[in-house]
Amino acid sequence: MNDHYPALLIISPLLFAFLVSGMAWIRKGLCYPLALVGSGLCTWFSVRLLADVLQKGVVQYRLGGWETPWGIGYHVDTLNGMVLAVVSVLAFINLVATRRSVSAEFPEKEGAFYTLYLLFIVGLVGMVVTGDLFNLYVLLEVASLTSYALIALGGPRAPLASLNYLFMGTIGGCFYLLGVGYLYIMTGSLNMADVASLLPGIYSSTAIWAAFTFCMVGIGIKMAFFPLHGWLPNAYTFAPSSVSSLMAPLMTKVMVYVMIRLMLSVFTIDFTFSVLSLGTAMVWLSILAIVTGALLALAQKNLKRMFCYIIVSEIGYMVGGAWLGNAAGMTGAILHILNDALMTICLFLTAANVHYRISGLELHQLRGLFHRMPLTMACFVAAGLSIIGVPPTCGFFSKWYLITGALQAGQYGFVAALLFSSLVNVILFFRVIEISYYGDMQHPHGHGSPAGPRTEAPATMLAPLLIVSAGLVIIGVYTGTIVTTVIDPIIPATLVR
Amino acid sequence: MKAAGLIIVLLTGGLLLYATQDFPPWGAPDSPASTHVSPRYLQKATEETAVPNIVTAVLADYRGFDTMFETTVIFCAGIGCFVLLRIFRQKPEDRYYRHIATEITLHIKGGRLPNKSREFERIDTLWTPYDLVIKTVCRILAPFIQLFALYVIAHGHHSPGGGFQGGVILGASIILIAISHNMRTAIARISEKVDNLLMAVGVFIYAGIGAVCVMLGAAFLDYGNLSVILFADEIMARSHGILGVEIGVGITVMAVMISIYNNLASAGKQDEGL
Amino acid sequence: MSDLIPILVAKYNYWLYIVLMMIGLYAMIAKNNLVKKLVGMNIFQTSIILFYVSIGCKKGATIPIIQHGMAAGHHAIDPSHYVNPLPHVLMLTAIVVSVSTFGVALALAIKTYHQYKTLEEDEILARLRPR
Repeated sequence: MNDHYPALLIISPLLFAFLVSGMAWIRKGLCYPLALVGSGLCTWFSVRLLADVLQKGVVQYRLGGWETPWGIGYHVDTLNGMVLAVVSVLAFINLVATRRSVSAEFPEKEGAFYTLYLLFIVGLVGMVVTGDLFNLYVLLEVASLTSYALIALGGPRAPLASLNYLFMGTIGGCFYLLGVGYLYIMTGSLNMADVASLLPGIYSSTAIWAAFTFCMVGIGIKMAFFPLHGWLPNAYTFAPSSVSSLMAPLMTKVMVYVMIRLMLSVFTIDFTFSVLSLGTAMVWLSILAIVTGALLALAQKNLKRMFCYIIVSEIGYMVGGAWLGNAAGMTGAILHILNDALMTICLFLTAANVHYRISGLELHQLRGLFHRMPLTMACFVAAGLSIIGVPPTCGFFSKWYLITGALQAGQYGFVAALLFSSLVNVILFFRVIEISYYGDMQHPHGHGSPAGPRTEAPATMLAPLLIVSAGLVIIGVYTGTIVTTVIDPIIPATLVR
Repeated sequence: MKAAGLIIVLLTGGLLLYATQDFPPWGAPDSPASTHVSPRYLQKATEETAVPNIVTAVLADYRGFDTMFETTVIFCAGIGCFVLLRIFRQKPEDRYYRHIATEITLHIKGGRLPNKSREFERIDTLWTPYDLVIKTVCRILAPFIQLFALYVIAHGHHSPGGGFQGGVILGASIILIAISHNMRTAIARISEKVDNLLMAVGVFIYAGIGAVCVMLGAAFLDYGNLSVILFADEIMARSHGILGVEIGVGITVMAVMISIYNNLASAGKQDEGL
Repeated sequence: MSDLIPILVAKYNYWLYIVLMMIGLYAMIAKNNLVKKLVGMNIFQTSIILFYVSIGCKKGATIPIIQHGMAAGHHAIDPSHYVNPLPHVLMLTAIVVSVSTFGVALALAIKTYHQYKTLEEDEILARLRPR
């Protein structure tokens, strides 16, 4: 069974998705337990796979038993392994945490909801584990289609937001497909490793440049990189809270992973940094992303919308870090995938808990929240500190690597942008904290007394949130170990140390 | 928006046009796409899988994993349309029933007939009297369409065809009945529950065959190892495995087509269609 | 001039797909009606399918179904006699993806229509603006 982990971690949620979908018509009560088992198995297998990879090195798997350029092959190194574990663990935590809001929001369609949920996990996990360019496209579409449907389940404005996401997402997917087509016409292969071995002879060809551009633009749309981020704020704001806390941390991070994978393993470091001299331009674009994201976040009056613009800004961190062209920047970017996923899920779970109790996320509604939901707000503060970058939370360490990389590369603009966005984050979070802590003090009637009874979120929603925010600190403390065991082996030797 | 759109489109098109200069000429037999991976399929596929139609062999065996997710994508679309559109609780509305023998129409305010009766049929807002010719022709045609669909699924090994094409034709035969009669007639043939179960069963068959291969100790979707339970040699086992997944694909595609049609055409109420 | 014609003959397939793609992309970006955008999306996706199918083409080759049965000999198969099957397989997947996206998009359009009673984007945006 040991050799089959890469396949099992895909097929277990897949098979359970079909079971859940059928069970919705036979016994509704079994849908959630089945979904839990499917997601749990996925988590178990991916954690075991990560352990395997750490012990024995790269794991290869051939689907259908065919050798790779002809069949589809999986190639799992520590980068995949880490992202796999993050995706599956967070998806499982979110499944537990949002159980109550799901059954409150879609009582009749729970079965279909959990089917889509599991299929979304399948799409993300499949994208991360695969070693085949076209297989990645198919799984990207699985993840996208399920996310369109899940987002549209939200409030009255959700269908239109989802439709806009669909248009942008289809353009993104098709651009990626075009890029793969250009690679295929020039090399005749779809396997990532095989393409990488065929490319060096034809680096100068314009078709390869076009392929690279189209893949990057397509992925850029999907990950909401700055000028292409238009779909994200509406889609994630109007989505149901259980869906936005699943998608916001995972979808964009997985797309960043795909970008790094293409840069490292398909087009290779030589091409991305030596043949193309796009590094500086991309770093400036991400500076723009960071600054605009931060400024737009300042302008928001809705908590979830504010988080959405923080994501846009954080995507700028990762893209900029990856394009700095040195080992420290790449380490920072990869580490930030892990950290940002944790921070974002923490923020969105807080939003989900608050929404569950006071059903509204406008900033002025948050008054006195510290008295009503002290634990939830404590987690919110932890996530805020991590996003600002206060040690010992994990956000500090990835920012540290990013700044080191930027100084090494001489990109002082990037350093300035990082510091600027940290400052803006301080303002953002302290504004929310001020409203929710001191809000009712200024209120003439509520002077001195808490604004209502303590209504903490139910334990099943609170416990996962506490675990995640503890994770913020634990990951921060173990950053050194993670960098040496997980990230160092995959940084190519040709990158500037 | 128009000017910005034009600029984006011209930029994209210009980049794509510029990149074509390094392409091998169209139809060149010595281009990388024709010489690197694909010759092996053409030369070996028939020996290795006993399937003369190379497209089927590559689709369901060499790249069978892609095809499983392709089926999953269409399953997602079916579930997506269901989850978005289906309305379960409906306000009681005025209904019209027509007595078939006497053509007398009853108007029932805010309710329905106490019990189902064969003598009455419900009339929709858009209802028009049926055309006898269209109705009869479609009813007679449907079984032949279904027969052809089964042929397309089963003959995918030897001629263009396979699960997707056959499944679409099967679905079309039911949709034809829904269009020519009305949606309730079609739903009486294949109810919503059965349809949704079939959707899941089809892909489950596909993924299940793959999982059986894992249980037998081979890689996922490695049909060769099915020879143990199919009492055939390894190559024929591959051929049978491909047939098995094609049947699964056909079931799912048929059920999804019907489900999407029903939900889209009735905006989720599943009572009156086009 | 004389060297232009061979290039034209060798590449016009790819140029035609690019023109189609530009039409589709323009409709998706610039059109106001949501259904017209959907039609543009379909043109866009179809153009990519045409591109892939053109990759698979070989001059003078036939469909990739190997002759078998009584007439087939046991001689080796020459790959240049059959077109490249791989792009066709990939495009079967892409067709299914485009059909599925179209289905979900139509469902979303129906929901949007029920909400705003219109499919013109500017009218919807005018309604969303706070009064």
